[in-house]
Amino acid sequence: MPDETITFRVWRGDPSGGQEVEYRVPAVTGMVVLDAMHYIQAYLDGDLAVRWNCKAAKCGSCSAEINGFPKLMCKTRIDGLPADAPIHVHPMRSFPVIRDLVTDVSWNYRVNKEIAPFTPAEDDGEPWIMYQEDVQRLYEPRKCIECFLCQNTCHVLRNHDDFAGYYGPRYMVRYQYLAMHPKDILDRREALKQKAGIGYCNITKCCQEVCPEHIHITDNAIIPLKERVADEYYDPIRWAIRKLTGGERKPEESTTGPGIVETPK
Amino acid sequence: MAVDYEIHDHDVLIIGAGGAGLRAAIQASNAGASVGVVTKSLLGKAHTVMAEGGMAASLGNVDPADNWKVHFADTMRSGKMINNWRMVELFAKDAPNQVYQLERWGALFDRTPEGKIMQRPFGAHTYRRLAHVGDRTGLELIRTLEDRSIHTGATVYMECIVTRLLKDGDHIAGAFGYFRDDGRFVLFRAKAIILASGGWGRMYKVTSNSWECTGDGVAMAYEAGAELRDTEMVQFHPTGMVWPPGVRGILVTEGVRGEGGLLKNSLGERFMEKYDPKKMELSSRDVVARSIYREVQEGRGSPHGGAFLDISYKPADFIRTKLPSMYEQFKVLADIDITKEPMQVAPTVHYAMGGVDVDGDTAATTVPGLYAAGEVASGLHGANRLGGNSLSDLVVFGTIAGQCAADHARGIASFPGIDDAQIRDEQEILLRPFESGGGENPYLIHQDLQDIMADHAGISRTGPGLEEGLAKLAALRERACRISIKGSRIFNPAWSMARDDLFMLTVAEAVIRAALARTESRGAHWRLDYPELDPEQGKVNYMVCKADGCMEVHAAPIPPMPPELQEVIEETS
Repeated sequence: MPDETITFRVWRGDPSGGQEVEYRVPAVTGMVVLDAMHYIQAYLDGDLAVRWNCKAAKCGSCSAEINGFPKLMCKTRIDGLPADAPIHVHPMRSFPVIRDLVTDVSWNYRVNKEIAPFTPAEDDGEPWIMYQEDVQRLYEPRKCIECFLCQNTCHVLRNHDDFAGYYGPRYMVRYQYLAMHPKDILDRREALKQKAGIGYCNITKCCQEVCPEHIHITDNAIIPLKERVADEYYDPIRWAIRKLTGGERKPEESTTGPGIVETPK
Repeated sequence: MAVDYEIHDHDVLIIGAGGAGLRAAIQASNAGASVGVVTKSLLGKAHTVMAEGGMAASLGNVDPADNWKVHFADTMRSGKMINNWRMVELFAKDAPNQVYQLERWGALFDRTPEGKIMQRPFGAHTYRRLAHVGDRTGLELIRTLEDRSIHTGATVYMECIVTRLLKDGDHIAGAFGYFRDDGRFVLFRAKAIILASGGWGRMYKVTSNSWECTGDGVAMAYEAGAELRDTEMVQFHPTGMVWPPGVRGILVTEGVRGEGGLLKNSLGERFMEKYDPKKMELSSRDVVARSIYREVQEGRGSPHGGAFLDISYKPADFIRTKLPSMYEQFKVLADIDITKEPMQVAPTVHYAMGGVDVDGDTAATTVPGLYAAGEVASGLHGANRLGGNSLSDLVVFGTIAGQCAADHARGIASFPGIDDAQIRDEQEILLRPFESGGGENPYLIHQDLQDIMADHAGISRTGPGLEEGLAKLAALRERACRISIKGSRIFNPAWSMARDDLFMLTVAEAVIRAALARTESRGAHWRLDYPELDPEQGKVNYMVCKADGCMEVHAAPIPPMPPELQEVIEETS
């Protein structure tokens, strides 16, 4: 690729609006989109706003829409994109723009705070005995790097703007971890049905297609959680048993307490 | 008159939200303090997330002979005995408790067949000691602490950059900075401040460090009058990626060698036989990094100037389970399938052993009310950090700092006063690049700094080379005064780069001055003109502080180790 230049059309603007700006960047073998954004910052437009941290696909900061697809800029190779057309780089569309490629994702952190933390029994001894097969089942939800590309893609949030009704796929993955962890004692089903709004998902699987960690969000998080909720609320035999015996586990309660996670103004 | 700013008050202000900062936040909140946490990034993105191999703690789950004494001795020996032995003692004793505490907060660890926490071997640890989950232990740690700390009542200020510590007389009084999203200024008033702001690897070009690692905390502490120590000690991790160019420096976990990866040169020789026949690939990082460097220098490097690291002789399923993110990283970024072919690796700047000097028992710096924990602090690792000791460092000393800062704050009735002059001065520094017509580009200043550090304070050093580097730094600092940037204060990366350049220039000077002072080779510090260990210099740490506006270096004698710890060293030799 040496001696070539690549044309980028990068969306630049703020909440009041913006447009694509064209930049020509020298090609380097193996380069990723984030390399090009750094080149633009250093040599062409120093104030191009880009959010990034590790540049190794481990932190999930540099989410963007590249040629219309939600991707991590640090993991998107230029040589994997069509060579004969400009590369379009836009911010995630579902979150409010701060500037250029940077969006306000603080809503996600407020959602996370509503989920009761991991809660083991107080008296179950230490150190715990757990088995590798149980741990390995939990690998998948724990791989999440919180890039929020799934949130950006989820049509409940993206198209219907229902941030009040549904926590989004990332937090279904979080619930998957809590619900499947052998040591967590809370009953998460009511929370999933009510405040988390799992019923809003109609299993289009868009979220798992964009996950850079290849988490099978719909198949392994959302569908099994929906089944648990359905068993609890819509299976008449289970309903009757529960009424007769009382619930086994303590339900998750709302956890909004003092303290905030945002940039308060 | 100072430009407008908003004010927030906290008993304890924590600067940084990596492992140390979040662990401190939990501890200080539980101790009853009102806590603010400031992070330059979003929550959960700090450099801790990139730690891969594991967390060292002498649980003794796979090697029952392990205990805190062996961990203590391994850490002291690897640090070439210039560590703060009290810190090492507290660390080795508390690390196992911290692992179990994390597990009770929801952290996941791989297991032994009996269901205990699994431990993997790592360089220069006598026993298999690293609790881990695959090769993404740092993500596990930070996510666990993130999900826990948001329920403690602490307020987290995301994407907020602190650029100056403020004092009331000798005592810490607050911190000043701005929010990235709109550039508004902010004053935090605090009774105690914990620095948990990480290291400074970004001053080197080839580094495994993320954008945040620009030495802010070390530089701010220095400016506030704190003593720095061991700043010459910069760890080069032996195995960073070398190809393609854009990924040069990205970390290849030591876990690859822990799980059996072999290092070979272009002749196919396992060259570690020459340098450390006993520990081989699992020698300490300083030794392995120098060995790879020598092989390349002597013409036996791989095509892209590194060594071959090969684990492809192990079953593919084993590799994908034990090293999933390495598999993905090489496949996506380098078109290499590590289950089928070797990786190419070379040393990459990874960690700062040096930093702000602290008291082991309290994590207090030499400035009253200012505490430090994690990579920003110094003393635990001495001249070379053992792999896996950093994650346990974060939680052990995050806990101590959080507790002691909260206790300190409880003893202070009202918020210290802050005179407007300090704030005006910092605002002037921050706003200068918008008003300056100097024309210097902050990104190019950064690149030039990286070149200076690579050329003059890299893996091998000489007196004349360091002197030359110092002169170049002075010239670069002149240029940095003339940085100009365009645009507004709203999420402007050039603006933060401009201030980061100043931080890194200060810390770079501390690195070079201490490296000049230490006229011997010890641990990570390799002087070609003084290739031997000097027993006399093994009795001192080099301290850096600001005296009459200038940077001063002096040798401080290491306090004698108490007899019971001496015995630990002797009985494990």
